[in-house]
Amino acid sequence: MFNVISNEILAENLHKMVVAAPRIARARKPGQFVMVRLAEGEERIPLTISDADPAAGTITLFIQAIGSSTRKIVATEAGGSIRDVAGPLGKGTRITNWGRVVCVGGGVGTAVLFPLVKALKEAGNQITTIIGGRSSCLIILADELTPLSDTFIIATEDGSLGTKGFVTGPLADLLADPERVPQAVFAVGPVPMMRAVADMTRPLGIETIVSLNPIMIDGTGMCGGCRVQVGSETKFACVDGPEFDAHQVDFDGLIDRLTSYRTEEAVSLKHTAAECKIGRGMTQ
Amino acid sequence: MSNTLSAKERLAIERVAMPELAAGVRSGNFEEVNRGLSADQALAEAHRCLQCSNRPCVAGCPVGVSIPEFLNALASGDLPRSAQILRGDNALPAVCGRVCPQETQCEALCVRGIKGEAVAIGYLERYVADWAMNHPDELLHEQMPTATGKSVVVVGSGPAGLTAAGELARRGHAVTVFEALHATGGVLRYGIPEFRLPKQIIDREVALLNRLGVVIECNVIIGKTLSIAELRRQFDAIFIANGAGLPVMLNIPGENLKGVYAANEFLTRVNLMEAGRSDDSPTPIIKRREVAVIGGGNTAIDCVRTARRLGAERAMIVYRRGEAEMPARTEEIKHAREEGVEFVMLTAPTAILGTKDGWVSGLSCQKMELGSPDASGRRRPEAIKGSDFELPAGVVIDAVGTGANPLLTASAPDLSLNKSGNILISSAGETSIPGVFAGGDIVRGGATVILAMGDGKRVAAAIDDYLNGK
Repeated sequence: MFNVISNEILAENLHKMVVAAPRIARARKPGQFVMVRLAEGEERIPLTISDADPAAGTITLFIQAIGSSTRKIVATEAGGSIRDVAGPLGKGTRITNWGRVVCVGGGVGTAVLFPLVKALKEAGNQITTIIGGRSSCLIILADELTPLSDTFIIATEDGSLGTKGFVTGPLADLLADPERVPQAVFAVGPVPMMRAVADMTRPLGIETIVSLNPIMIDGTGMCGGCRVQVGSETKFACVDGPEFDAHQVDFDGLIDRLTSYRTEEAVSLKHTAAECKIGRGMTQ
Repeated sequence: MSNTLSAKERLAIERVAMPELAAGVRSGNFEEVNRGLSADQALAEAHRCLQCSNRPCVAGCPVGVSIPEFLNALASGDLPRSAQILRGDNALPAVCGRVCPQETQCEALCVRGIKGEAVAIGYLERYVADWAMNHPDELLHEQMPTATGKSVVVVGSGPAGLTAAGELARRGHAVTVFEALHATGGVLRYGIPEFRLPKQIIDREVALLNRLGVVIECNVIIGKTLSIAELRRQFDAIFIANGAGLPVMLNIPGENLKGVYAANEFLTRVNLMEAGRSDDSPTPIIKRREVAVIGGGNTAIDCVRTARRLGAERAMIVYRRGEAEMPARTEEIKHAREEGVEFVMLTAPTAILGTKDGWVSGLSCQKMELGSPDASGRRRPEAIKGSDFELPAGVVIDAVGTGANPLLTASAPDLSLNKSGNILISSAGETSIPGVFAGGDIVRGGATVILAMGDGKRVAAAIDDYLNGK
């Protein structure tokens, strides 16, 4: 049993949960994740560890409740508990001082991006963070990322917040500017977004790292469900990743495998759409 | 029946048949196929044992169960004594009685098998183990040794780990077991389906180990949550038994299509996560009318019988050799056939075929013929030219084997490995790091439950010697 120390609502359906997991808090490196199973009979899902406090023995999870499993997890109040939390899994992010770094986050991927931004900032990088979503109600962690970023940009497809359009717009501006062109780009979000970023940086030879979130069951390299083609090799995202060289990832294959359980995904998407409307209604 | 029958009278008794759930019923559910012997059946079968003085059956058992002795106690009607003998030699008898390949081990060496049929040792082991589980109050009290003050950590709660844990606890050591998954049992739980080994059996075997003082903690991944170096600081000895949890793919085109599973993923979804077991299972599984399972071992048979139970009308084993060469147990093959599984033999897949939108549509195959024997002694399959054909399938399961999971070994560079990533050990089971021992599939590669248990038992004795400074 892993006790929930606090559960704070940061935005519509975005929760910040602090969970007691002393061993994981001690061992964890930025970029790693945990496998979480709320209760007996529930699904095992991977969640990025957003932060950790080894002294307090806690880890922090930013969880966007978009599917039935995440909804049940965020419904656990402080004082309650999560049955299973296993990790830290995956390889940590390669953190170095590149100089100028652009961090791009799309939708729920922004929660995965957060610990990378924090670690890159601590390593002395000059950071431009660009986060985006379809609409303002899907923009998350802006308040948390702003103080960590030298430049902070929001893009929404409907123009309801920040620049109108995709995150690739502001990125293109940076890439075209010799004064601001980054030495490395980190991108986490929907696969088409990560592919678009990779396509933009590839011709310029800018090192680009993406964090993938394919379907996982055990998270320990046992089942092979998370396999993804990287260059000429089949990699397991859970043990070889989750971060990979964006210029080598077969994004088409990844997109395709992510639709393996599309019936379930369609249900999740319907929920997201409904939540967005509720969110607007409440803020009006 | 008294236990004073003459040899002639014993020889006259026919081998018992295991009562089974009817094939038509069981192919639609996950209930255990073998129902277990009745008291009368077990008593009669125990009398078939001739109590030979040279005990060949014991030599065939990887954990050296005192077979004639537990059968003799059973034949005398002394079940508590029989259970005590059995449990003293075997930490998981209810598991072994169900999944051990007795026909190639103890029963293969049974004198009665020379002219006729061997004593059904496996069925009787299960009978006595199940009786013990159901009659805890009648069991003879185990004399617990005084605590040695020494601590041992076991990595993995599969057959090797649980066996070693039991053996070490019985020697008075404080034993902690770390399990990476959220539930105990390792391959017994995620790999072997419930129609062969109900989860309740694992739970009850684990509960008996808890009673011996063994502490099991789940969700601890050695190599990630804790390192071997940390364990060395906290415990006097380490036994690594983390299994062969790495899927081996065939490396043929199409393996990333939707609907292609490694056996580990397919079985883990259904067994551990209960996917497809009810309409509202949170973990999904792809169900199709035609399912092709590639491979000929017990894992392949487990997959195909599971697929059948999930509703596949055509559940097929695709194997490049013939039925006689299949490594799977004869009983499993028989059960699968009764349940309507198709055996597509002497067939090697060359590619997995897909639809335009990335779903599996079938297998491209080649017919094979058997040539001269290879290193394994089995006749080598050779492709027949121009024999290519297509087999329609909506789900394809790769069940050709498993390898060594590198999660732990990658985090402990001092641990010597072979080329396949398996841990190298001395004859006593010690690794290249003093005080760190290993056994089971992480040493052997994919083998059987009982061989892993044999390792657990043997290495536990070596660890005991090590702790006693021998």
